[in-house]
Amino acid sequence: MSVDKATVAKIASLARIRMDDAALEQMVPELNGILQWVEQLGEVDVTGIEPMAAVIPNTLRLRDDVVDADPLTGGGKREDVLANAPAAEHGFFGVPKVIE
Amino acid sequence: MTDLTSLGVKEIRDGVARGDFTAREVAEAFNAAVAEAAALNAFIVTTPDHALAAADKVDAARAAGETLGKMAGVPIGMKDLFATHGVQTTAASHILEGFTPRYESTVSQKLWDAGAGMLGKLNLDQFAMGSSNETSYFGNVASPWKKAGSNAAMSPGGSSGGSSAAVAARIAPAATGTDTGGSIRQPAAFTGICGIKPTYGRCSRWGIVAFASSLDQAGPMARSVEDCAIMLGAMAGFDPKDSTSLQMDVPDWEAALNADLRGKKVGIPREYRMEGTDQAILDSWEQGKAWLKDAGAEIVDVSLPHTKYALPAYYIVAPAEASSNLARYDGVRYGLRDLPEGVGLQDMYAATRAAGFGDEVKRRILIGTYVLSAGFYDAYYTQAQKVRALVARDFARAFEECDVILAPTTPTASFPLGSMNEDPLTMYLNDVFAVPASLAGLPAMSVPATINADGLPLGLQLVGKPFDEQGVLNAGLAIQQRAGFSAKPEKWW
Amino acid sequence: MSNYRIQGATGEWEVVIGLEVHAQVTSNAKLFSGAATAFGAEPNAQVSLVDAAMPGMLPVPNRECIRQAVRTGMAIEAQINAWSRFDRKNYFYADLPQGYQISQLYHPIVGEGSLLIEADEKAGIPEDKVIGIERIHVEQDAGKLMHDQHPTMSYVDLNRSGVALMEIVSKPDMRSPAEAGAYLRKLRAILRYVGSCDGNMEEGSMRADVNVSVRKAGEPFGTRTETKNVNSVRFVMQAIEHEAMRQVDVLESGGTIVQETRLFDPGTGTTRTMRSKEDAHDYRYFPDPDLLPLVLEDDFLAECRASLPELPDAKRKRYVEVLGLTPYNARELTAEVETFARFETLLAETAKATGKDDTAVATQVANWSLSVAPGVLKALGDEADPANATATAQAAILAMADKAEISGGQAKEIFEIVLRTGRDPNEIAETEGLKQVSDTGAIEAAVDAIIAANADKVEQYRAGKEALFGFFVGQTMKAMQGKANPQLVNQLLKAKLG
Repeated sequence: MSVDKATVAKIASLARIRMDDAALEQMVPELNGILQWVEQLGEVDVTGIEPMAAVIPNTLRLRDDVVDADPLTGGGKREDVLANAPAAEHGFFGVPKVIE
Repeated sequence: MTDLTSLGVKEIRDGVARGDFTAREVAEAFNAAVAEAAALNAFIVTTPDHALAAADKVDAARAAGETLGKMAGVPIGMKDLFATHGVQTTAASHILEGFTPRYESTVSQKLWDAGAGMLGKLNLDQFAMGSSNETSYFGNVASPWKKAGSNAAMSPGGSSGGSSAAVAARIAPAATGTDTGGSIRQPAAFTGICGIKPTYGRCSRWGIVAFASSLDQAGPMARSVEDCAIMLGAMAGFDPKDSTSLQMDVPDWEAALNADLRGKKVGIPREYRMEGTDQAILDSWEQGKAWLKDAGAEIVDVSLPHTKYALPAYYIVAPAEASSNLARYDGVRYGLRDLPEGVGLQDMYAATRAAGFGDEVKRRILIGTYVLSAGFYDAYYTQAQKVRALVARDFARAFEECDVILAPTTPTASFPLGSMNEDPLTMYLNDVFAVPASLAGLPAMSVPATINADGLPLGLQLVGKPFDEQGVLNAGLAIQQRAGFSAKPEKWW
Repeated sequence: MSNYRIQGATGEWEVVIGLEVHAQVTSNAKLFSGAATAFGAEPNAQVSLVDAAMPGMLPVPNRECIRQAVRTGMAIEAQINAWSRFDRKNYFYADLPQGYQISQLYHPIVGEGSLLIEADEKAGIPEDKVIGIERIHVEQDAGKLMHDQHPTMSYVDLNRSGVALMEIVSKPDMRSPAEAGAYLRKLRAILRYVGSCDGNMEEGSMRADVNVSVRKAGEPFGTRTETKNVNSVRFVMQAIEHEAMRQVDVLESGGTIVQETRLFDPGTGTTRTMRSKEDAHDYRYFPDPDLLPLVLEDDFLAECRASLPELPDAKRKRYVEVLGLTPYNARELTAEVETFARFETLLAETAKATGKDDTAVATQVANWSLSVAPGVLKALGDEADPANATATAQAAILAMADKAEISGGQAKEIFEIVLRTGRDPNEIAETEGLKQVSDTGAIEAAVDAIIAANADKVEQYRAGKEALFGFFVGQTMKAMQGKANPQLVNQLLKAKLG
């Protein structure tokens, strides 16, 4: 499969990366080079093989339902989460007005 | 007095403990070396005060007769992918420039708890995407090594290129690295140092800027196998904050180091004999076999039939995960915001991400977005995860016949900065030997073997069974003892 | 079969409805972080570094959220998947800090189940109907945007970000707003019985995405629209009605239905296109690499099952078959958790107070609970202190009535005083003279006096004018100031009148 400029533009839009025409033009052959190369995977016989689910055989550990059990993953971090925000007002993050 | 900056982790730790010198003297010496080495561009920010404060604490603890930590008095470099409380953390990206976390990554916290101090935040390929340290927003890192007869700046490897350069240049005795598809081993090989990526899940990923979650692992980079064993011991351990963290005890790797390999089988994977591999690399591989045999090991041939497909599978899985992991950099909660006049939220995202991410990061986000998009998911992502399962199965079968695998770390030695930028694929191929172990989550290490005709270091790679870091370290030690690698770069910075 | 149809210009249209209900899982902490879930906190006060998607943060799932989803699945007799996993749903929005929602697409924790809605003629549901449930999966809630606080900015509050939701996806099995309403009410009851969601729609603990399409009888399903986040049963029914009408209008005027996301406006009862999520159709789902497969052990599943309470359908059946209640009473009493809980407490207390079996007093307790007690409470209004209506007090009243010590009227009077004052019912009956006279001698004397005083009527009665019996009862009760045990009065009158 190969991508054209319109496809790259669509992907870039999905990925929310603004790209001008020149950038798109440049990206098309680069992506096609990579995609053509990864397509050799199609040669591999994967009959009966499950996609890898866990790198090291392991299952999901669950945590107890306790609020703020570990301060590092607990709530009450308003100051800390807002500290680096480009726009923070009245305890909120600010973004350009959204019309729903 | 010896030049303190020539010392490694063990020598510093033991020297401080014995009172041969103070931790403060060590920190001062390395701070000065760091300050002199701006030409390497190994650090994005330096934190001499952090190093001094940690040193003073160790000196005070020693004076008070307290038990000292595993890394007491050792100032290290911290790859700028680890969140450090109050110290800018960027992943070498413009999009995180100025971001100052109010939290500390688990691994860095464990190192500070063990008595280490921080010399600064080390440069890297942007978001750890790259194999030459040329994708950083904060400029290329130059290797301290030069090719014989040339003054061209050489690549320190990547993505942990700031780490490898700093350790090789003796401006840090050790540094943290992270390895997603070779990012510890390849730079270690390029700069003549050691680096180990432990079993996936050994080191907590909590607080490390994510690249590809199912592959990312932190590990130490230092100049000896012993130093790696010590530092890995301080970095590893179960962390309930990371769902993929291994819930098992951390062995005392340092204490159990043993280069006597009698009774061990070393596997030589025939599929690693690839076209395009330098003859010098193949020669050093042969030499490695001889060294391990000399250490008592039996050399056996093994097969890893899907080796060829590991790299393309990696270049689907890693970008797919990255495209999602990097979605959080959107200009809302931290980092860069590019808000052109009068645009809405979605345009702000697109503008911010266009301005904030470098070309390689964008390329990988686009690949990842494409392979996950409707209609392509099964053909690319599912297929790649199946191939990945086959790569892992190859290793599992090989390890029925051997205890550790010996292979080259890279197909070539370091190359001049800027020499591989024509086609992204050429650069990707540099990780061909490193990636399979990453896909399978296995512990793997690079140790320096020799110097090639250009005067550049070459590394050998050891890959172990899951959880068998000890086996990897022991084989690494056997090579280290026999290789007697003592070359070091001429100081030009 | 539902006979609900939209009458269009070209004929009758059938409405096809599927509901995706988002139910907030009852838990102390969020699904993947330790931040609290309580409603109504200051903006961003209940946000962890994980919820704000700071770089390097990782999710660790909350066992209770998983447990509640499994118990809910068991309550709808669904397939429980011992192996499931979390996927990422990728899209960009200001209420979604990670740029993806952790959800379950490929391997949900709960598979197919079903739910029964009961016949309700009045509501337009002629017979019982089973509604299929496709799946239940666990996912993160998003944050909240506020648009009216600043002229050019929207404000983001992440308190809800990361709160655990169960998404309960029905099959497109409903055919009328009434069926959808009944489904939602039943689902809400089940969730509240199980304790996995508080069902509080006002606080957003339960919201429905409403999928509606229309078709002519016998045709395949039409294109559907999805109206997001409708937060009451009434609104869901309104949204369906409006959306079905709109679609019929569009189709009949030659248009086509666009598969799209719509918003419901409670003010006007109408739906409109949602502009902000128009292009977000390619979610690029893939397994979340930060999380491993979720494997449920047998012990865990056994505990989930053992901890399930008696569920609405089983309870209703038992009320009819064992307690002998009418189907209507059984349905009323089992509709809400509070109702059956009060009923069952009072039933136990009454059985104890009377020394009888549950079954012997159940009908009495049911009538009291559904009509007598609520009637008294309502009549008293603010004068009543509902806290005084303890099960013990009410059981004492019911026991007196059961032993015929008090009449129905007296029971109400006593309950009134209890509600006002909190006094003891037995003491009220004694001191306020609210007891029936069961002294045979006193009643006999009164009966004798009345027979003597009304010889003519006695004659007529004995001649066959049986309607006069009521007259004698009335006169006797009057003579006894209304306090005579009516059964005794009847008995004695019958005996004396012959």
